[in-house]
Amino acid sequence: MSVNDLFKQELKIVNLGLKSFHSDLKSQGVTTVQVNWKPKAGGKKNMLSLLGKINKVKQS
Amino acid sequence: MTLHTSVKRNAYYDSVTLMLLSRELQKLEGVEDVLVGMATGLNLDLAKDLGLADNEFDTLTPNDLFIAAKIDEALISMKAIEDAFNEYLNKRVESESDEDYQPPSLSSAIQSLPGANMVLISVPGQFAAAEVEDALDAGLHVMLFSDNVPVEDELRLKQKAVEKGLLMMGPDCGTAIINGIPLCLANAVRLGKIGVVGASGTGTQEVTVQIHKLGEGLSQVIGTGGRDLKEQIGGLMMTLGFESLIADPETELIVLISKPPAPSVAEKIYQIAKSSPKPVVIDFIGGDRAAIEAAGAIPCISLEDAAQKAVKVLRGQEYEDFTGFSLPEDHINCIVDTSVSKLKSDQTELRALFTGGTLADEAMKLLGVHHNIYSNIPLLPEMAIANLPEGRGHICLDLGEDEFTRGRPHPMIDPQTRTEFFQSHVDEKTAVILVDVVLGFGSYKDPAGAVADSVREIRQRLAKQGKDVVVIASVCGTDLDSQDLNKSIATLEAAGIIVLPSNAQAVRLTDRILQRMKKGVLDVC
Repeated sequence: MSVNDLFKQELKIVNLGLKSFHSDLKSQGVTTVQVNWKPKAGGKKNMLSLLGKINKVKQS
Repeated sequence: MTLHTSVKRNAYYDSVTLMLLSRELQKLEGVEDVLVGMATGLNLDLAKDLGLADNEFDTLTPNDLFIAAKIDEALISMKAIEDAFNEYLNKRVESESDEDYQPPSLSSAIQSLPGANMVLISVPGQFAAAEVEDALDAGLHVMLFSDNVPVEDELRLKQKAVEKGLLMMGPDCGTAIINGIPLCLANAVRLGKIGVVGASGTGTQEVTVQIHKLGEGLSQVIGTGGRDLKEQIGGLMMTLGFESLIADPETELIVLISKPPAPSVAEKIYQIAKSSPKPVVIDFIGGDRAAIEAAGAIPCISLEDAAQKAVKVLRGQEYEDFTGFSLPEDHINCIVDTSVSKLKSDQTELRALFTGGTLADEAMKLLGVHHNIYSNIPLLPEMAIANLPEGRGHICLDLGEDEFTRGRPHPMIDPQTRTEFFQSHVDEKTAVILVDVVLGFGSYKDPAGAVADSVREIRQRLAKQGKDVVVIASVCGTDLDSQDLNKSIATLEAAGIIVLPSNAQAVRLTDRILQRMKKGVLDVC
């Protein structure tokens, strides 16, 4: 969807991170989903790198 | 004092929640120093620097939460700190919790929200790029609030976004308003015909607020992140945003805001401006006026001036540089005379304590014409704080810079940092205090109240020496913001603070007072 198409649509927002941003959006009646986010692979660099490689193989 | 630590493995909480918790725990009697955080590299470095890390910290991952405290065991135990932590956390989680399902990942969230078209990302910077990539691959526009994202990642992700025709606003993008919805730290403003692309958060806030105050509104406000107009990124998002506003039928006039771009990037922007069928107002704060005019665009001398020119051009009215005040000149002279008459001869210094970086930058550019202003974001290297002659002189600080926000929330979110600077940096030689008060979504619930409290405390302290101080503020906010512009102004004025309608006017009044102090008072009106 191009930027100009976005301008014509109702915003539907996924929020990753600070929950206050999600709360502010909800208070304005915006359709939004808060992700219960945690670092992937426990944030371990070697595991993250492996995950990245697996995802690339999957995509190809 | 002894160091105690406690670790909760696989317990993730967002950084602002934990920074605010740290501050609450710091208030407990017997606590000398405390840090609560997820065990990211940045937080572990901070713990080590503060002497709050032990050997176990080397085994932690970013998914682990730590509490580290230096305490007086005669007064408090680590168990009591942990209990207090749990109590504060439960209260906060309860206040934020809702009945909604919270999917565990971006991909599951996209599945659970049919028609999702935008992702806001404010996770720690080291994890942000991977999430942005996933969002762009899924065809969603992105606003990336996180900082500490490598510039190489920014370039790669913006190139991907541009290829796909998607917004990738950020990193470190604090302000946007899309389809009338304020995102992250933005003000509530009315819808209208003026579109903005801004590379500076509070600069964009100030312009949108001034446009609202002048009775017009905003079609779209697109943020780019502060590095977008540097050579490395090449203005990818400014260009996409600019072209999108040209194509947007709801936008009749476009305002561009940034610190001076890299020359090659500026040239790219000027080329688009030359062919724009819509009027373009450019505030490249302190940028090349002749080049902007040569591109057929309208240059500005301040953020307020950008808003005024945008509104006048939109209404088909004549315009000129706005260099003055909203109040009549004799009224301003009266304020200057009265202010100077309150000061003793040894009160000569300015303390400008800003929460908004662009507002601080604008202040230095306007004040720097007549005064030597030292800063943590100096206009020239020789004006760095470290070069203050014998530690004395005019100081202007951007308290939102990394050096002041390590392990604590941005001062727009939590006023504590500025409260401490009021205590440590204002003394018997201070003549004028200049502050910004930024309202809006994401900002503290009562920033004006926090400033008013600090000013009352300072006045009490100075009164013991038979002194007073001049305090000047501007409020970046609207009547639609939850903190309420008029209520905030009333709170400040009740504490004897002079409130001007824009940052530029507050700075100009400061300049007038500092100049008049050099001449001495002739008459008090």
